[in-house]
Amino acid sequence: MKIAANAVAGTLESSDVYVTVEPAQELEIEIQSVVYNQFADQIKESVMEVLQELQVESGKVTINDKGAIDCVIKARVETAVRRAGGAK
Amino acid sequence: MSKLVASIQEAIKQCGLQDGMTISFHHHMRNGDYVLNMVMEVIAQMGYKNLTVNASSVFDVHEPLIGHIKNGVVTNLECNYMGGKVGKAISQGLMENPVIFRSHGGRASDMEKGTSVIDIAFIAAPTADDMGNCTGKYGPSACGSIGYAFADAMNAKKVVVITDNLVAYPLVDFSIPEVYVDCVVAVEQIGNPAGIVSGTTKITRDPVGLKMADYAAKVIEASGLLKDGFSFQTGAGGATLAAAKYIKEMMVAKGIQGSFGMGGITAYMVDMLESGCFKALLDVQCFDLDAVKSIRSNPKHMEVSATQYAGVSGKSAGVDSLDVVLLGATQVDLDFNVNVHTDSNGYIMGGSGGHCDTAAGSKLAIIIAPLTRARLPLVVEHCLCVSTPGKTVDVVVTQRGIAVNTAGGKNVELKQKLKEAKLPVVEISELKKMAEEIAGVPKPVKMGEKVVAKVLYRDGTLLDTIYSVK
Amino acid sequence: MRRSMLFIPGNTPNLLMNADVLGADSIILDLEDAVSPAEKDSARVLVRNALKSLQYKGCEVIIRINPVETEYWTKDLDEIIPLKPNMIMPPKVNGAQDVKTVSEYIGKLEEKCGFPKNTVKLIPLLETTLGIENAFQIAGADERVAAIFLGGEDLTADLRCKRTKEGNEIFYARSRMVCAARACGIDVYDTPFTDVDDIEGLYEDARFAKSLGFSGKASISPRHVEGINEVFSPTQAEIDYAHEVMETIRIAKEQGKGVVSLRGKMIDAPIVERARQVIEMEKAMFGGLEDNE
Repeated sequence: MKIAANAVAGTLESSDVYVTVEPAQELEIEIQSVVYNQFADQIKESVMEVLQELQVESGKVTINDKGAIDCVIKARVETAVRRAGGAK
Repeated sequence: MSKLVASIQEAIKQCGLQDGMTISFHHHMRNGDYVLNMVMEVIAQMGYKNLTVNASSVFDVHEPLIGHIKNGVVTNLECNYMGGKVGKAISQGLMENPVIFRSHGGRASDMEKGTSVIDIAFIAAPTADDMGNCTGKYGPSACGSIGYAFADAMNAKKVVVITDNLVAYPLVDFSIPEVYVDCVVAVEQIGNPAGIVSGTTKITRDPVGLKMADYAAKVIEASGLLKDGFSFQTGAGGATLAAAKYIKEMMVAKGIQGSFGMGGITAYMVDMLESGCFKALLDVQCFDLDAVKSIRSNPKHMEVSATQYAGVSGKSAGVDSLDVVLLGATQVDLDFNVNVHTDSNGYIMGGSGGHCDTAAGSKLAIIIAPLTRARLPLVVEHCLCVSTPGKTVDVVVTQRGIAVNTAGGKNVELKQKLKEAKLPVVEISELKKMAEEIAGVPKPVKMGEKVVAKVLYRDGTLLDTIYSVK
Repeated sequence: MRRSMLFIPGNTPNLLMNADVLGADSIILDLEDAVSPAEKDSARVLVRNALKSLQYKGCEVIIRINPVETEYWTKDLDEIIPLKPNMIMPPKVNGAQDVKTVSEYIGKLEEKCGFPKNTVKLIPLLETTLGIENAFQIAGADERVAAIFLGGEDLTADLRCKRTKEGNEIFYARSRMVCAARACGIDVYDTPFTDVDDIEGLYEDARFAKSLGFSGKASISPRHVEGINEVFSPTQAEIDYAHEVMETIRIAKEQGKGVVSLRGKMIDAPIVERARQVIEMEKAMFGGLEDNE
């Protein structure tokens, strides 16, 4: 499944994350986070897990994280992908 | 006779500033301060180099300091607190020499003991006469107490008072007397009133903050200290203010006549004084307009110097009579050591202020902070900086549990009392575990090699070293 | 034990993370009024994930779904039921049929998930004049219904009157709901007190609700939780009396006595039942806090 349209989910409040998805040739993930040093790997893992679950093969996913915990990141990515019509 | 001189430049010349000297500033104008930048600008223009700036606090408004450091005008910096803007530059390795951090009490006491020598003190004064009698209580830039400036005035070799409200001699109700002052400069404006004091300090509406405040108030109640003669200090943070409000409600309900409130004073402490909760306020700094108004008009609201507030050079200080202090923290380690100097990435964005002074002096030092902030846990294996030694900290209050420091056999009875009061008492390691269960385990932050700051304890000994951020 | 129920907006991560520390016996994670139509999808997924990974120890979890006349409620249940929440709160319930519709749908999902029948309970929110008039039918509509809950704000709009602190305008609705719930042997919860800063008023309102027979009260502010818990908790005198009753019964049984009296009053079944309830509440009152030593 490909990301077919642009979509966003989440907010820039503390403990939340703002996720943007847009169509792209390959699967691209860009992560910005206030806790990048401490949690970059975990954030990436959470994003990948959701993308795999939703079988997203291509698209650009941009994460602007304000210290969201894993279950919040996963929820926001899932919502953004669904809004983009990219989920099966 | 008059000590009035025409300009800051004139004052600097008259006081004999030379390269390599130490000059000092106080921070009662807080983020509205114009004086530090004004004076440094003149000094830079006059071509001085290698100066040490000892400012009781450096705020974001003092960002131009970065330029003076780059140009070699300032080569050493000493303060008790540093805002994030200058702090970030320092953490990135801006300075050759490490910043010296002290506490509010330690700074004043080091000056009195002669271990910190000030050549020229520049004192921003909201009102002064031409002989140098001055105060913060009156004038368009009124800031209330100027408690932190006393040590500078009394110990610096030369003292320059800078005011934007020059009045005829003698100034009535002065704080710092003329005997210490060498010259007086009148300027257009010493500060931006909007940045000096906030209009009203507001209690948090954040439910988590209120929960912590509620627990903190209950800890104080259960400790047995909340009785006639109770003395109390709190910061201006939202949750600690809410705790003050809850404590006031308890005191009023039970008819408790406390002794004194101290520290940076807010409208809430003024309200407690006026409601009869305290006999007096000992005010080293005013945080809002209500506090400024009160110190001007209420004789029970007294100005105290930093030494009397929190120093170790006097024969006693207010903190030695303090029952309870409520304090914040960015990090607390398993030994209850507290970091208020850096953020979780190691960037300088704070400082001790009176943190370690009040923790050391008070009977009950309570840290109040959320279990996690933007995913980062409060309780860590090791703090990035020890600002306040764990042995002076008694209780850590979070929204999910309360840890009591029983190291060395102290506070055992307190812990039992909190349990009897049905408060959620847990071990400090449990708080760390809870945070990690919710937010995950953070990767430890690796600091750089360069020493960017040294943290001195209130007695002048080295407490910790802050390294650069990679 | 459920004295207080605290509403938590479904789309705010920071509050969802801390919902269980605010002292409420039950938390109501809200997908309805607290979430704008544009965010219904994200709140649903967020609440689902929160249920999946957060523990919510020591408090009951209720999800307020969207009303049956909207397009959202089935989607809400599709996401939420597999996480086995304690209760679902359908809002704007007008009659027994609304309850049956929701219950049936939940039943299908329960079966799919392999949960025993009626695992997830219902607490219908009655906030229309029609709902109030049908209170008894709603309370008895389905085995799943464990309690009913009064919503005063929407109701007063429907009544075309003003909502006041005194609450004379909802007096009939309150009484009618208590009567309906008790007739069906279920719990009944009072509408939130809406002035967040008026703690005195909250106490008065909660005491009044208790005097009418309500089991507890909902709240939109964490600041009201403690007051609600206090008002709806048994007093020390009630607790002491309950223990005395149970002790008297125990001794009577040992001695083989059939009829017993305490302080000159015969102890009959309702008194024993009441004593049991009080002791149960006493045990649960500090339920969230375990001794850690």
